[in-house]
Amino acid sequence: MSTTPISGETNVSTVSVSMIFQRLKATNWYEFVIEGLIRLAGVSTIFIVGLIFLFLLREGLPAFLDIPLRQLFGPRWYPIEGRFGIWPLMVGSFIVTVGAVIIAVPLGLTTAIYLGEIAPPWQREILKPFIEVLSGIPSIVLGFLGWVALAPLVQRLGAPTGLTAFTGSLLLAYMSLPTIISISEDALYAVPKEYRDAALAIGATQWQTIWRVVLPAARSGLVIAVMLGIGRAIGETMAVMMVTGNAANIPPLGPGMLFQPVRTMTATIAAEMGEVAKGSLHYNTLFGIGIILFLITLAINSIAGRLVGAQSSRRRGGQL
Amino acid sequence: MKTDSKPLVYSMAVLVILMLTVLLTACGGAPPPPAEAGAAVESSAPARTIQNKGSDTLVNLALAWAERYREIRPDVSIAVTGGGSGTGIAALINGTVDIANASRKMKDKEFEAARANGIEPVEFVVAIDALAVVVHPDNPVDRLTIDQLADIFTGRITNWKEVGGNDAPIILLSRETNSGTHVYFLEEVVRKGEKDNEDIFAPQTLLMPSSVGITSELRRNPNAIGYDGLGYVTEEEKMIAVARTASSPYVLPSVESGSDGSYPIARNLYMYTAGEPSDVIAEYLDWIRGPEGQAIVAELGFVPLPQE
Repeated sequence: MSTTPISGETNVSTVSVSMIFQRLKATNWYEFVIEGLIRLAGVSTIFIVGLIFLFLLREGLPAFLDIPLRQLFGPRWYPIEGRFGIWPLMVGSFIVTVGAVIIAVPLGLTTAIYLGEIAPPWQREILKPFIEVLSGIPSIVLGFLGWVALAPLVQRLGAPTGLTAFTGSLLLAYMSLPTIISISEDALYAVPKEYRDAALAIGATQWQTIWRVVLPAARSGLVIAVMLGIGRAIGETMAVMMVTGNAANIPPLGPGMLFQPVRTMTATIAAEMGEVAKGSLHYNTLFGIGIILFLITLAINSIAGRLVGAQSSRRRGGQL
Repeated sequence: MKTDSKPLVYSMAVLVILMLTVLLTACGGAPPPPAEAGAAVESSAPARTIQNKGSDTLVNLALAWAERYREIRPDVSIAVTGGGSGTGIAALINGTVDIANASRKMKDKEFEAARANGIEPVEFVVAIDALAVVVHPDNPVDRLTIDQLADIFTGRITNWKEVGGNDAPIILLSRETNSGTHVYFLEEVVRKGEKDNEDIFAPQTLLMPSSVGITSELRRNPNAIGYDGLGYVTEEEKMIAVARTASSPYVLPSVESGSDGSYPIARNLYMYTAGEPSDVIAEYLDWIRGPEGQAIVAELGFVPLPQE
């Protein structure tokens, strides 16, 4: 690999080349390559996200400019007759997501607490793989299950039809559970062992330790887990489309609104993308909905990201 | 230290996949310019593949035609896909199919959009479909007028007892808006065929992505009402006899009542070509509209065209 100087004139450059080779050898040349690739990948991701947003803006902005805002956020979505009110779709997404959060957060957090604080190691070994399997089930399969099995069940609960926001919430809750569980378990794991030791040493019970010491210490991580769970729920499409009935309806306020059919933003895009002629107002409006979804998930992720930053500056405790 | 090296590997894998996806979509996402596609259709004598897309009502029929036609003309391959009339017409406008199937006429707006892309759609009637209004078999209601149907689907009537049924809320089922069946039902039933009528479906109407969605919800919901092509009605659904006005006779949908015009909700099914069809496509359309093609229409529960 190393070169030997042939003549005095080329001496300087060959020496520096051989020095680089020496350094490459010393520090494994492939590390340079890999570092370069990673850097490229990282930068290109930013670049790509920027491009996606530009594209969304280009296709979706006309909707916000051409449709009067009063109508755009109006109560009626019936695009084939030129009624582009996306308010029912936003309400639909909101109801389904909130329902999912109400179901998934308590379940997810308690599962994480059990896994992280209470369960003996052998139970963890069994439970964790199952949670990972849950996250690996394709959403369309869950959607199919929901359509065939869950919807009739919901109807039997007394809803006028089985295809309701609640059915969608149940499915979404199960889809966001693995996210919530694994991230909140990480957050609990990051709480220094000394905290628990100290709490137990001054006579706190295990429950008091968890509730008063571990949970508050892991608070920001738990919030991130919930946020990412919400992000997972709001972006889900196919399963929701199959079970929520897709009626662009604004249910009357109250707990009964969970048991009404709704149409989410994602399902609307998926159901109607195929029918639109490129460049039509309907096409632009679907991209406009895409922009709104993008902004919502961006907001959720950046809030979560800020919290991650706050958390990672804390001291990580070594438990094992 | 359980999570030190794995995340790096994962995130690298994710990045690589993401980059590949973006690259692929960037390469494959661009549709061919319409002018070019139009030219391909006109000079399609050597190319023997016909792209046929659109109406879900027509998709089974189109598949049956394509399969039978292959036995006669093995050199012509016909690719049939569904997705809805609007989807097929949009594809015709965008220049990606040779024949668009539609269960409704193309709208003026769609003609304009096609012409703007340099495509002059040509219309062919290929079959007639009677649209059945269906309910759960346990529902005591078995006949309705067009006016009652309009009131039900616009949400002016919300309880079955108002039309002689049980005291139960009416659950409305419809196909998605990209379905030609949806548009036909909107124009002929919800708006009763009146040109200046601006009524639309009630917002609480459940929009189903497929005929199967309507069938399965009807099967388990005794309060639901929906509509579908006659060829798609299953044994688990009950068909409603429909009358034009309260004083005219109530008629059940069937091949006979569809072809003699006594059933009020029957419509033409269409195929649209991009410009005057080339030889291969013209032969195919002639065969479809001829006795052999129309025999298949009757086999599948649709109403055949009157043969001169």
